[in-house]
Amino acid sequence: MDAERRTEHDDKGRWIDPAGGISGGEFAWSQGPPAAEAAIRVENLTAAYGDNVILRDVSFEVTRGEVVVIAGGSGCGKSTLLKHMIGLHPLAGGRVEINGVDIAAAGDRELSLTRQGFGVLFQSGALFGSLTLLENITLPLNDFTSLSPRAANLVARAKLAMVGLAGYENHLPSELSGGMQKRAGLARAMALDPAILFFDEPSAGLDPITAAELDRLIIRINQAMGTTMVIVTHELASIYNIAHRVVMLDKSVLGIIAQGPPKELRDTSSDPRVADFFHRRPSQKQA
Amino acid sequence: MAITGSSKFKMESSPGQSPEELVLSVSGRLDRDGLEPALAQMRQAFGQSKPRKLVIELGHLESLDSAGALALTLMQQEAQALGASTELINLASSAADLKSLLDPAELAKEPLIPEARKQGFVSEVGRAFLDMMGDFKQMIAFLGDFFLASVRAARTPRLVRWKDVALYMERVGVDGLPIVGLISFLLGLIIAFMSSLQLASFGANIFVASLVAVAMVRELGPIMTAVLIAGRSGSSFAAEIGTMKVNEEVDALVVMGYDPAAFLALPKVLASLIVIPLLTLYADLLAIVGGLLVGVLGLDLTVYAYVQQTAKSLSVFDVTSGLVKSLCFAAIIAGVGCQRGFTVRGGAQAVGAATTSAVVTAMFFIIVTDSIFAIVLHYMDW
Repeated sequence: MDAERRTEHDDKGRWIDPAGGISGGEFAWSQGPPAAEAAIRVENLTAAYGDNVILRDVSFEVTRGEVVVIAGGSGCGKSTLLKHMIGLHPLAGGRVEINGVDIAAAGDRELSLTRQGFGVLFQSGALFGSLTLLENITLPLNDFTSLSPRAANLVARAKLAMVGLAGYENHLPSELSGGMQKRAGLARAMALDPAILFFDEPSAGLDPITAAELDRLIIRINQAMGTTMVIVTHELASIYNIAHRVVMLDKSVLGIIAQGPPKELRDTSSDPRVADFFHRRPSQKQA
Repeated sequence: MAITGSSKFKMESSPGQSPEELVLSVSGRLDRDGLEPALAQMRQAFGQSKPRKLVIELGHLESLDSAGALALTLMQQEAQALGASTELINLASSAADLKSLLDPAELAKEPLIPEARKQGFVSEVGRAFLDMMGDFKQMIAFLGDFFLASVRAARTPRLVRWKDVALYMERVGVDGLPIVGLISFLLGLIIAFMSSLQLASFGANIFVASLVAVAMVRELGPIMTAVLIAGRSGSSFAAEIGTMKVNEEVDALVVMGYDPAAFLALPKVLASLIVIPLLTLYADLLAIVGGLLVGVLGLDLTVYAYVQQTAKSLSVFDVTSGLVKSLCFAAIIAGVGCQRGFTVRGGAQAVGAATTSAVVTAMFFIIVTDSIFAIVLHYMDW
């Protein structure tokens, strides 16, 4: 994709696609069999903060429409991996390709367009506190699409309705519970109908019922829209509910120790670290 | 009848099996860009035939995104509102899944709180007055808490977090040395230079030293130092405590049995009370050095004569009154900074507002206090 050639600035200095689309495509139902190509390709990713190497030579792929959970114990580098995948932190080595774009090598505008092609639900929701929920969602719609303000409002209200927050348009994030903030964060992440959604600990801090509702919402969105999803979590119940595949990290190797469908890993893995994780057993060292 | 939609989708209307039925055949890609055109075309076709039943035929639909699904749902809702029944036919099952994410009942919900509207002048004034009163109440409550914390600390000094006091002395004092020094030096230089332009014509160059010394030591030294520290440290106190409020760290202190005023505010205020007078003396000195530079290099004064004149112009009372002022300013800067931090509710925006308010309020009180000092000293004939 030659984004350099097919993009230009808008009047506010943002990178826009003259064709009106979002780089990397947006999610939608369309006729024909689903594509099996990789939406995300991580090759030999090394992540470090200064001299402290967190992950070394991590490689895996996520195919279109797949729900991949990045799991592992605390401190194994799950969130670090996610933040490096979405280009928030520079890579110490390797490459990450999202929708065919190498995010480390991409220029500013190509990176900006690529980022418009995916959405991220941060751990705390990361809603803008000074804006209402509706304004949080219409922000990218007004800035990155050609929708009229009225149509942007309609779409934003629909997104809120999708996550069960119809009626909360004019609330400020501080007026909502943690679970509602996460759902609103998901509505904002979906504002541009991205083909890929990243989630950082979506169920953290939620009660089991709210967590189960969020899991169900994630499954419905994936099934209805074919959205590719990468989810960082260590909640076992969520993993069994939503994951097509689990990529399991461990800090002892600074990388992946196993990957596969969750139930298969639980039942067949001979690696004690994997078995301990899936059976909620204290590790041998701690025991 | 064919109605050409946007370049991506096409909508054709035709009569249905009965005369009261309208069939809209949608083909192509119905997406975000087609949302408004699709609704407009549906309204146009509906207005022409006024059917009792709307059938939307989707057999030739190639793709549908969430906005396209929203268009279909809104078309159904509008038709139903006009008294017509609706039916979607030949919608692929996966597209139906996408459309099922939009529950018409949810979409029809009204906002629980109305959109904020601009209030009238009287309401705005009333609200501003109430805010001011609330602010005043919080300030008094903080002063009470702080007073009690100070009494407890005076009785039992080991309760004071002296390590924190040292840390804030470094942050407010040592880290503030470069900027306070530079500004004061330049201020002394400017006063000397500007006054020399006038005094030179009377052959009174030597009084440049007096002017710089008296102006800086009695007035400008304390006030400039206070303004700089309010901007540097008062704002940082507000931001620090405000962020701790947002992160529930202050609540954690309370439930652990600590007094937040003693734990967070007292070390900051004590550190400020110690270092701001010292910074003021340092500022006075640097300003005199700035004036000296102009006197020696530009006015042919000797270093000895300049220093002699400076010493002659100043009394112990001048220095003491400047230091007393700076003590008051220190209490204002640190107290206001901490108090504003404790008022933070909400998120990042509230922290920003508290920070701004800490600086503005501190400066206001500094000027008011300085005016009071000026009047009192005048009437006491000092």
